[in-house]
Amino acid sequence: MTWETTFNQLMDALLPQLHEDEGMQLSLTGEASQFTRFNRAKVRQTGSVTKGSMVLSLMRRDRTISETLTFTGDKGLDWPRLLKSLHALRAELDHLPSDPYLVLPSGTATSREVYSGALLSPEAVAPTLMPLLEGLDAAGLYAGGRCVRAYADSIGQRHWFETETFTLDYSLFTAAGQAVKGTYAGRHWDDTAYASTLDASKTLLGRMAQARKSLARGQYRTYLAPAAVAELVGMLSWGGIGESSIRRGGSALGPLHRGDRTLSSKFSLLEDFSQGQVPRFNPQGELAELTLPLIDAGHLRNTLVSTRTAKEYDLASNWADPSEALRSPVMSPGDLPTADVLTALDTGLYVSNLHYLNWSDRPNGRITGMTRYACFWVENGAIVAPIENLRFDESLYTFWGDALLDLTQETMFVPEVGSYEYRHLGGSQVPGLLVDRFAYTL
Amino acid sequence: MRTLDSLTLPADWVGIRLMQERSSQRSLRNGLPETNRRSRLEGAMVEVMVNGQMGYAATNHLTVEGLRSAAQRAFDHAQAAVRWRIHDFRASHIRPTVMGIYQSPVEQPLDAIAPREINDVLARICHGLKVSDKIVQTVATASLHEVDTWLVSSSGSQIHQRFSFVATHFGATAQDGAIVQTRSHNGPRSQCYQGGWERLQGSDDLWASVHRVGEQALELLTAEDCPELTTTLVLAPDQMMLQIHESIGHPLELDRILGDERNYAGGSFVQPEDFGSLRYGSELLNVTFDPTVEAEFASYAFDDTGVVADREYLIRNGRLERGLGSHESQARLGVPGVACARATSWDRPPLDRMANLNIEPGDTPFAVLIGSIEDGVYMEANQSWSIDDQRYKFQFGCEYAKRIRRGKFAETLRNPNYRATTPQFWHSLVQVGDRDTWQAFGTPYCGKGEPNQIIRVGHGSPVCAFANIEVFGGAA
Repeated sequence: MTWETTFNQLMDALLPQLHEDEGMQLSLTGEASQFTRFNRAKVRQTGSVTKGSMVLSLMRRDRTISETLTFTGDKGLDWPRLLKSLHALRAELDHLPSDPYLVLPSGTATSREVYSGALLSPEAVAPTLMPLLEGLDAAGLYAGGRCVRAYADSIGQRHWFETETFTLDYSLFTAAGQAVKGTYAGRHWDDTAYASTLDASKTLLGRMAQARKSLARGQYRTYLAPAAVAELVGMLSWGGIGESSIRRGGSALGPLHRGDRTLSSKFSLLEDFSQGQVPRFNPQGELAELTLPLIDAGHLRNTLVSTRTAKEYDLASNWADPSEALRSPVMSPGDLPTADVLTALDTGLYVSNLHYLNWSDRPNGRITGMTRYACFWVENGAIVAPIENLRFDESLYTFWGDALLDLTQETMFVPEVGSYEYRHLGGSQVPGLLVDRFAYTL
Repeated sequence: MRTLDSLTLPADWVGIRLMQERSSQRSLRNGLPETNRRSRLEGAMVEVMVNGQMGYAATNHLTVEGLRSAAQRAFDHAQAAVRWRIHDFRASHIRPTVMGIYQSPVEQPLDAIAPREINDVLARICHGLKVSDKIVQTVATASLHEVDTWLVSSSGSQIHQRFSFVATHFGATAQDGAIVQTRSHNGPRSQCYQGGWERLQGSDDLWASVHRVGEQALELLTAEDCPELTTTLVLAPDQMMLQIHESIGHPLELDRILGDERNYAGGSFVQPEDFGSLRYGSELLNVTFDPTVEAEFASYAFDDTGVVADREYLIRNGRLERGLGSHESQARLGVPGVACARATSWDRPPLDRMANLNIEPGDTPFAVLIGSIEDGVYMEANQSWSIDDQRYKFQFGCEYAKRIRRGKFAETLRNPNYRATTPQFWHSLVQVGDRDTWQAFGTPYCGKGEPNQIIRVGHGSPVCAFANIEVFGGAA
C-alpha cells in the first residue's frame, strides 16, 4: 500500500469520528532517504532513514490543539495511534484558553503533484561517487530519496506533494586547508553531469593553491556570488519579510516599511512556485499564488502574511507559511554579464560563499557573518590570490541599498541541502551581486 | 532482544537503539495562546558493522519484521561501502558491552501537571512582563519532553535511560518609535534543565525575574548605545554559556579535527598535536566535560554507543588535555576523548557532541571582581552569535550591559557586542568568579552533522572577566 493510499484511508476513517462542532486538519511529512557521508574521499557514515510523522490538529469553537505522531504507512499500525490521539486532544481542548486568532479550515483547494526521479540505488551510491573522488581531499554528503508533504482537512481539502530528489553537497580541500564548495542536485542522476561538476570544482581548487592574502579590516568593493547572495536572502526569513515581525518590532525591514530607509531600484524579490520545487500549499492547506512580488524595484510591495497574522491585524492573507518564511524566493537579475564580473569588480573581493550569518542589529538590518570557501583578492580585473577569511558586519540597507552597483544577468538555483528533522526542499534562484563597499571587521 | 537474537546476518556487530519521545509545547504571546502542541514519536536506529564498516537504517516500523528489514538494509549499506571505509572499527572497545540504567531527577513529574495549570502560569508571566504600554510584546513558553532510550547489541549491551527535560522561556519587547529592544530570561531558551515542573514553578525568584525582565526591556529604550572601545569585558554565566559552546566546545570536537564536519559546520583551528601541549587560555581556565551534574540539561550515564559517561577535564589550568571525541574518533585520531557519541533522535547516527561542558569556578567573589575593574563593560544574555568555520574569529551580541566605572556598575548600555579571536580571548581571561557566581544553562538547539542534527547541551560557568576586548554597539 502506498503512503498516499494510507494517508487518504486514515483521513477517511477519521472524518466520521469528528463531532459536528469540530474542525480538523491532518498533515504529513515523510521521507525514505539514503545518506552517505564522506571525508577524505572515504565513507564515514552510510545508511538510510525511512520515517513519517503526522500532525493532527483539532479545533472546536475558539480553541485548538495539535499532536505530532508517528506515521509508518501501515494503516494497521497508524490508525490506533491516530484515534487515540483524537480522543486525547478532544479531552484537553476545553481546558485550553480561548484563541482569538484561531484559523479554521476554509476553502476548496485540492492539489496533487508527483515528481518522479531516477536516483542512484543505495548500493550504487558509494561505487558511483567514490572512484571520481580518489586522490582528492573531499568531504560531503550525498542525500537522495523520496520526500512527501501532504494535507487533508475536515472540509474536504486535500493536497499531496511527492518528489524524488538528490543533493550531492561537497567540499574539496588543498593541502593547506583552502577549500571550494560544489553542489550537484536534481531529480535525475547523470554520471556525466557529476563528473563535469566535479571537474569545475577541481579547476577552481587549482586557483586556491596560492598563498593566502591577509587583508586589513575595512570596506572593500565586493562581488558576492549567487551562493553568498542566497545566504543573505535567507536572512529575510528570520525577522525580515514576515508581516508579524514587522508588526511586532522584530523585523530588519521595519525601517523600509516605515519609509526611514530605502533600497536600490535594482533590487527585486518575489516568491515564485512555478518551478515546483516545493509544495504551494502550506500546513493549513492554503494554496499560495504562483508568484507574489515582495520587494519590487526597492519598494516593499508585499510582506508574507499568514492567515493567522491577517486575522490578528485585520489584513488580507497571502497564504504564507505560518512562520512567514520564504519558501521559493527568486531575486531578479541585473545587467552585468557573469563573464564580466571580474572586470566590473576591478579591484576588490570576490566572495563565493558566506557562513554563519546572524543579525548583529536586526532593527537596523545589520548582519554579521564570515567569508568562506573560494574567496579571492582581485586587482585590475584579475584574481591575485585567495584570502584569509574575513568577518563582515554590514547593513542590508547598504548592500541592497546605496552600495548596490549591479546584479548579474544570469541567476543560479542554489538548492537547499539542509536536513534538520527531514530533508529540506527547494532553494533560492538568485543572481550575483556587485557592491561598491562591504564592511569587513575582523 | 528477541529481534536481535533472531538475526542471522554475517555481521561483526549489530546494535538497536530504540527511542520513544513524548512532549508538549505551550506558548503564549501577550497572554493569548500561540501554541498548544504535543507529540508522541518513536522509532529505532539499527546499526550493523561489516568488516569494520558501519551501516545504519532507521525505521519507525517497530515490528519484528520492520526491525529485521532495517537490519538487512543497514547490512547492505555497510557492505556496499566497505571498500571505501574510512577506518576499520572492529576493535572491541568501539561498541563496549555495558548494562545499566539512568533516570533524570524529577520532583514533580510532568504528566502530573494539568495543561490548564501550565497555561495559567504562562499567562501570569505575560501579564507580569507588561510593565508599561511601551512593552509591545510579551512571550512565555514551556516545553516538556520525556524520552526513553533502549540500547541493545549483539555483544550483550542492555541500557535503558529515561530523561525528563524542561525548557522554559519568557521575554518582553519594548518599542519607542524606531527603537526596539528585547530582554528575556537569561537569553533565548537558555532555561533548559532535566527535572520536572519544579524547574519553573519551584523557582522562588520567578516573579521577581519576570518583573525585572519587563523593567529592563523598558530601561533599554533610553539606554546609551554600547560605545566602541577596547576594555575589560565581564560576562555573566548566561553569555558564558554561548562563549563556551562556540569557542571551546566546537573546536575541541575530534570529528571536526578529523575533517568529518568540514563540508558543513567546519573544521577547527586546533590540531591533533595540540592535545597535551596547547595553552588554550590563561592559567585560570579550567573546563570539564561533565554529564554527571544533577539536573544539568545534557546529563546522562551512557552515550548513544553505550560508553559509560564520566567527568573529565578538557582544559586544566589553561592547558589542553583532551578532546570531545567518541571511541570511534579516539581510535582514528589517537587522542583522548570522552563519552560523547550522541544522536539527536532514533533517525540519526551518533556523532561527537558536547554534553555538559562547564567552566569550573574560581575563588573571586562577584563584588571583588567588579570592584577591581577601573573601567569596563558587563554583559548579560546572548542575543547574536556568529563564528567562523575554524572556530577562530567570532562576534557575539548580548541583550543587556552595564558600564563599569571605578569598581561599580554605572549606566546601562544597549546593543552590546564584542569580537575577538578564540586564542586571544581565552588568554585574556583575568578573573574567574567563585562558586556563588556559577550558574548552569542549556540549549536544545546545537546544530551539526550531515544529515543535520540538533542536540541538547548544558553549560555552567562562573562570571568571568577578560582584558582588552573590543566592544561596540548597534546601528548601521
